[in-house]
Amino acid sequence: MSEVIVVTSGKGGVGKTTTTANIGTGLAAKGYKVVLVDADIGLRNLDVVLGLENRIVYDIVDVTSGNCRLRQALIKDKRLDGLHLLPAAQTKDKTAVSPDQMRDLCEELKKEFEFVIIDCPAGIEQGFRNAIAGAEKAVVVTTPEVSAVRDADRIIGLLEAAELREPKLIINRIRPRMVRQGDMMSIEDIIDILAVDLLGVIPEDEMIVITTNRGEAVVLDQNSKSGQAYRNITRRILNEDVPMMNLEDEGGFFKRFKKIIGLK
Amino acid sequence: MLEFLSKLFGRDSGSKNIAKERLRLVLVHDRTSISPQLLETLKIDLIKVISNYMDIDEKALEVSLDSKGNTVALVANIPVKGMKRVAGA
Repeated sequence: MSEVIVVTSGKGGVGKTTTTANIGTGLAAKGYKVVLVDADIGLRNLDVVLGLENRIVYDIVDVTSGNCRLRQALIKDKRLDGLHLLPAAQTKDKTAVSPDQMRDLCEELKKEFEFVIIDCPAGIEQGFRNAIAGAEKAVVVTTPEVSAVRDADRIIGLLEAAELREPKLIINRIRPRMVRQGDMMSIEDIIDILAVDLLGVIPEDEMIVITTNRGEAVVLDQNSKSGQAYRNITRRILNEDVPMMNLEDEGGFFKRFKKIIGLK
Repeated sequence: MLEFLSKLFGRDSGSKNIAKERLRLVLVHDRTSISPQLLETLKIDLIKVISNYMDIDEKALEVSLDSKGNTVALVANIPVKGMKRVAGA
């Protein structure tokens, strides 16, 4: 039984592509057959995040327009046998693919892969509608900012209108120290406002920048918090019950001190 | 001293409460798809109707949407300057 999951957010720059790459890599590292579909036509990026930019011959538009067979456009990952990428076209625009074509494409991919993960473009127009057309489940990525949460709320409404019920939320780039100081919305604040299930929380982490610079996925890094966070998310997608990790590492002393003086 | 402490330990004076409040208000409008323009039109209509019966302070009139939990309320604050004599009453 295979699953088609779309990763979306509304707002740009919150970490859709990074999340897609890490969930895909995480699942492939567990031995699953995974294909990542870059639906951001015209602004191709999943290839560079995965470090596969030099291997592209054909793209998604070549497939949907019949220029090549699906198999010819799929790029195999450098490290993981089960991981594949279907790159976006860079010289076309969002209208080069239709929702019907996306549905057909997802059906084709489901025959061969256990997980089809679609990286959705920012926005709520045609590109978004294409990306969600063939999806069965949705993951919404947001950050603890007013603009990102607002857009996530809009996207959740649109997903539900499109029969993609119960989207799961990922809160990215959370800074525990700022949350503790009352200068950043907390996980609870955001869940409260959006009223959706939480799939995971990823702390702000320099390792994401470093691994992305190298074209690697942080989920394979055993020492970073963000890597651990993505591994937890991967396991939750596999329906494992994983408790939310404790992000508070640098605050041990303060937390204890707060308790002593009775502030919390 | 207390203020300093609560600032240091971030009890409730942090900017996140401002963010939450702004977000809450913006979402009330987003979710009900009522635009500020629509609210303005509503306000003008309200003034028209109420002016037939009462003398109201148009400048101080406030119309806004508010939400608590899952319910949305239309809140209108209309200062009355005086009652009008209704013909035939």
